[in-house]
Amino acid sequence: MNREKRGTDAPGDGLRATRVSREAGGRIILDGVSVAPPPGTTVGLLGPNGSGKTTLLRVMAGVLAAGAGVVTLDGRTLAETGRRAVARRVAVVDQHAVTQVDLSVLDVVRLGRIPHRRAWSASGPEDEDAVREALARTGLADRAAQSWHTLSGGERQRVQIARALAQQPRELLLDEPTNHLDIQHQLELLALVAALPVTAVVALHDLNLAAMFCDRVTVMKDGRVVAGGTPSEVITEELIADVYRVRAVVTPEGPDGRPSVRFLPGEAVHGRPEHDERAGP
Amino acid sequence: MTRTDHTPDVRAEPPPPAPTAAGARILRDGLLWSAGVALLLLSVAVAVTIGPARISVPDVWSAVASHLGLGEGRLTPIRDGIIWNLRMPRTLLAAVCGAGLAVCGTVMQSLLRNPLADPFVLGVSSGASTGAVVVVVLGVGGGAVSISGGAFIGALCSFALVLLLSHTLGGSTDRVVLSGVAAMQLFSALTSFVVMTAADAEQTRGVLFWLLGSLSGVGWSDVWMCSAVLAVTLLTCLGHARTLDAFAFGRDAAASLGVHVARTRIVLLCTTALLTAALVSSAGAIGFVGLVLPHAARALTGSGHRRLLPVTALAGAVFLVWVDTLARTVLDPQEVPVGVVTSLIGVPAFVLVLHRTRRST
Repeated sequence: MNREKRGTDAPGDGLRATRVSREAGGRIILDGVSVAPPPGTTVGLLGPNGSGKTTLLRVMAGVLAAGAGVVTLDGRTLAETGRRAVARRVAVVDQHAVTQVDLSVLDVVRLGRIPHRRAWSASGPEDEDAVREALARTGLADRAAQSWHTLSGGERQRVQIARALAQQPRELLLDEPTNHLDIQHQLELLALVAALPVTAVVALHDLNLAAMFCDRVTVMKDGRVVAGGTPSEVITEELIADVYRVRAVVTPEGPDGRPSVRFLPGEAVHGRPEHDERAGP
Repeated sequence: MTRTDHTPDVRAEPPPPAPTAAGARILRDGLLWSAGVALLLLSVAVAVTIGPARISVPDVWSAVASHLGLGEGRLTPIRDGIIWNLRMPRTLLAAVCGAGLAVCGTVMQSLLRNPLADPFVLGVSSGASTGAVVVVVLGVGGGAVSISGGAFIGALCSFALVLLLSHTLGGSTDRVVLSGVAAMQLFSALTSFVVMTAADAEQTRGVLFWLLGSLSGVGWSDVWMCSAVLAVTLLTCLGHARTLDAFAFGRDAAASLGVHVARTRIVLLCTTALLTAALVSSAGAIGFVGLVLPHAARALTGSGHRRLLPVTALAGAVFLVWVDTLARTVLDPQEVPVGVVTSLIGVPAFVLVLHRTRRST
């Protein structure tokens, strides 16, 4: 039903977080964060552990409420949009999906149709089409009957992405989706995400992977955005020293002249002044 | 890009064309359900014939037909009374209890993401017992609160306690079960305390028998009350079938699929507590039915709740009809409380499920 509406929507400025803050247990997790991923791009979300990446993604997905600030979808707040309508637009892939339920690959991908169906309705042809397309796009068409519990970590993440695609989202939020994967599967998964026709926001630890696959990167530290731009603009030796407190050599030797990071051994970098005024978008 | 860069999997079969697959599934579900309903009707009919007084299946049909106004009764009043007033309500209540407990178990297991959840293991049945005993023995509420009302309040209290305890303890599978054990012990102790201090000998005997879970001496009013609550619960849960599916990967995953997590949990947990309370106030705390049957039913239908819930209910009904028949005949003329038999069957199954969860995590 919202498919027709999509054409008539106000110029889609997509999913935006505006000055979002959140506290937990007296600690500030997000401190006035604004992000506006340009529609259709893949945006990397970088930053050390505890910098607020996961919380930001959960707030943007509407799973957590923002303490202050708003998250909007094409100009309307998530609360106005409604939970089900948000789930038809924004899909989430976590770093590690766990279940004890005995599910097949097809069962998991079908979960993505839940926001599109009413309580008592049976699955229609458009549901089956969306599921089949999601399976095909993730290369899982011939694995539909396989049990979730027999899959490897990389395959499970691919199934979760298929489930997310079955939601037919225009925004896809991924929280360190490559965390538990070997290098081959990390590359494969991010290549898949970057090629999808959606706006993707991916929290990542690996700066080289971010440089390789993201159109833009946003760097967070202590709950704030401290830098944003293309990988070449943002991923620099100074920024790495400042945000991660480690020494590194950055050369333009990545694919297409993108930055390539090599870390140097030795003591951590101390005592740099904060550079919060360099704040990004 | 990914379509070409994967080596074909040797185990893979070509994907079946979707329309015929859906058709075959509907056909298979239809067959499964009709077989289940037929089996249940047959089980009830046969179970009613078993007992000290010799009665045949045609006798049962005849008695039922005459009471439904479909024919002349050809039975003596005594035989008719045995069928219609003693064995029929008891057998039907066994079916309703079995179905209800199995549905409660299924919903609790899915919502709490815990394969060991069941009204008995989580102490909800004990809470309901305490509530009922307080009303019966102490006369709390002065007749304004019925036994079922007391049971419902007790069930909600113990459920709330278990959820609170397990939440503060971290919420893992083991913690939820341990919180259930704590609640069960607490409420059993409260029940014993009330019975020992306030009840007379006659009441004590009755209460203890009922606490073990027993279907003896139930009447039609129990059947109607429990059937009505079962119908409401089953419809509510079927209406939330897809929502229950969404909980497979946890609460956040469900929320990101558009589910109102808190609202769903409150509605469904209260509904299952209500059903547990109704069943406990009629038949006592019959254990482990809700634990075992959902696992058996999942093996038949897979984990989608739309298909799972009706099959679980049918399986639970057939199961408890036969277990109750066993309980009242095995030591004839002595009767074993049905809860004793379900526990004897259920505890090994509990261990089996526990073993499987340990392996899978």
